[in-house]
Amino acid sequence: MPRVIRPVPDLDDAFFWEAARDGRLVTRACAGCGRIAHPPSPMCPACGSVDWTERELSGRGTIHSWIVSRHPSQPDDAPRIVILVDLEEGIRLVSNLREVDAADVSNEMPVEVFFDEVDGFRLPQFRPAAAQEVSV
Amino acid sequence: MAASAKAAIVGIGQTEFSKNSGRSELQLAAEAVRAALADAGLSGRDVDGTVTFTQDTNDELALARAVGIEEIRWASRTPFGGGGASATVEHAAAAVISGMANVVVVYRAFNERSGHRFGQPAQQARSAGFNFYLPYGLDAPTKMYSLWFQRYMHVYGLTNADFGLYSVVARRHAATNPNAWFHGKPITLADHQNSRWIVEPILRLLDCCQESDGGVALVVTTAERARDLRQPLVTVEAATQGNVIDGDVLFNYYHPDIARFPEAEMGARILYETTGLGPADIDVAMLYENFSPVVFYQLEAYGFCKPGEARDFIADGHIDLDGTIPVNTHGGLLGEAYIHGVNNILEAVRQLRGTAANQVSDVRHVLAAAGRSAIILGRGA
Repeated sequence: MPRVIRPVPDLDDAFFWEAARDGRLVTRACAGCGRIAHPPSPMCPACGSVDWTERELSGRGTIHSWIVSRHPSQPDDAPRIVILVDLEEGIRLVSNLREVDAADVSNEMPVEVFFDEVDGFRLPQFRPAAAQEVSV
Repeated sequence: MAASAKAAIVGIGQTEFSKNSGRSELQLAAEAVRAALADAGLSGRDVDGTVTFTQDTNDELALARAVGIEEIRWASRTPFGGGGASATVEHAAAAVISGMANVVVVYRAFNERSGHRFGQPAQQARSAGFNFYLPYGLDAPTKMYSLWFQRYMHVYGLTNADFGLYSVVARRHAATNPNAWFHGKPITLADHQNSRWIVEPILRLLDCCQESDGGVALVVTTAERARDLRQPLVTVEAATQGNVIDGDVLFNYYHPDIARFPEAEMGARILYETTGLGPADIDVAMLYENFSPVVFYQLEAYGFCKPGEARDFIADGHIDLDGTIPVNTHGGLLGEAYIHGVNNILEAVRQLRGTAANQVSDVRHVLAAAGRSAIILGRGA
């Protein structure tokens, strides 16, 4: 089981972690112009608004880039695949890829979100999208 | 002062580069500054400005007590770690050209191997800015950067062995530089491929910069004053930072195309516009490389080759000492030492003075690029 370093949420990102605890992947949408961005920022650079609404994301996307993360000197620490995901809403998010071997990972692979307790902390995780399995 | 006034680097100094200096970081800073002042023919009393990194542990007033700087008019620090290495010269140049200070020392000194080791995996949460990364295991610069590099590999079809082409060049240059930690120790591509994975399938051990103990310093004043000093004139032709919206030092994931390096492209644009020079006018390039792929990005951003061509450009010998644009002639941060990129600027000065261990002939312009900051230095008439 990999060790999860807990986030230290502040006023700008606590909403993300509270939603994750409930199994929802969300981002902020500007209340003024609807622009979404990740990571969240307290002010919309397009219209200047500091008001926002929470927007639930589909959790579907493709792999933009990926690595295998191992601790360099603690071999008993389980490796994790870290991915940068292009979400279909047009934003990018870092997460982990599960339920697949590193040898089978490829850029642009379709993935979908799920939520799992990792080291006792509920995190958004991704796995190969179900649609891909059907199409084989 | 005329708008055409230029700054000049009139002194360089350093300690030895090691893995265990046995002395305080402040002592390293003081020794490096004193050496740089001696090189310039100046003393602490002539200094009225200081510039270092926000990350440097050495307090300006503590340094002043050690080297005898009686009054500091200008003290500033540059953000973004090694990415801001060349911004130190920008700060110093701004101070002396504006008249806000007369003589500025730039210093960077640390026990980065024997003391607090950079680049170790995080053990606990830091600021909220790390929240979207640390919980997923992205806990060290090697990994943080690799998630950026992998896209470049994918887009241009590179493997880790391609990055090793640079490592071999850096270690070859270090091998003939007595100042380098890896003096006399070149490597082959097979050595690179036999070194252990740090981040699979992106970085092996020999793609990573060293961990070093040491201090380096520069002395900056106006070109006008520099003419009365003892060293050959080395001018700051242009200096800029490269900070672009949606960029990030460690997590540069949010630009539309991350197979490119927009921060370095911005630096290139401003330096070339300011000087009227182009890539063909640069005789030697110092390219910051905490990890070997950053050289690939910067070769392309600064226009030495086209996007995606860095691999073949290196393989064809263009960055060798006898190539069209020799790169990191001292061995770089992989081969000489990792003094957070400021040792690259010292080598740029040596190449322009004609005193480098691996001297390139007739050097007139040197680029010293650090990803998020860059300078072009020139040989004065």
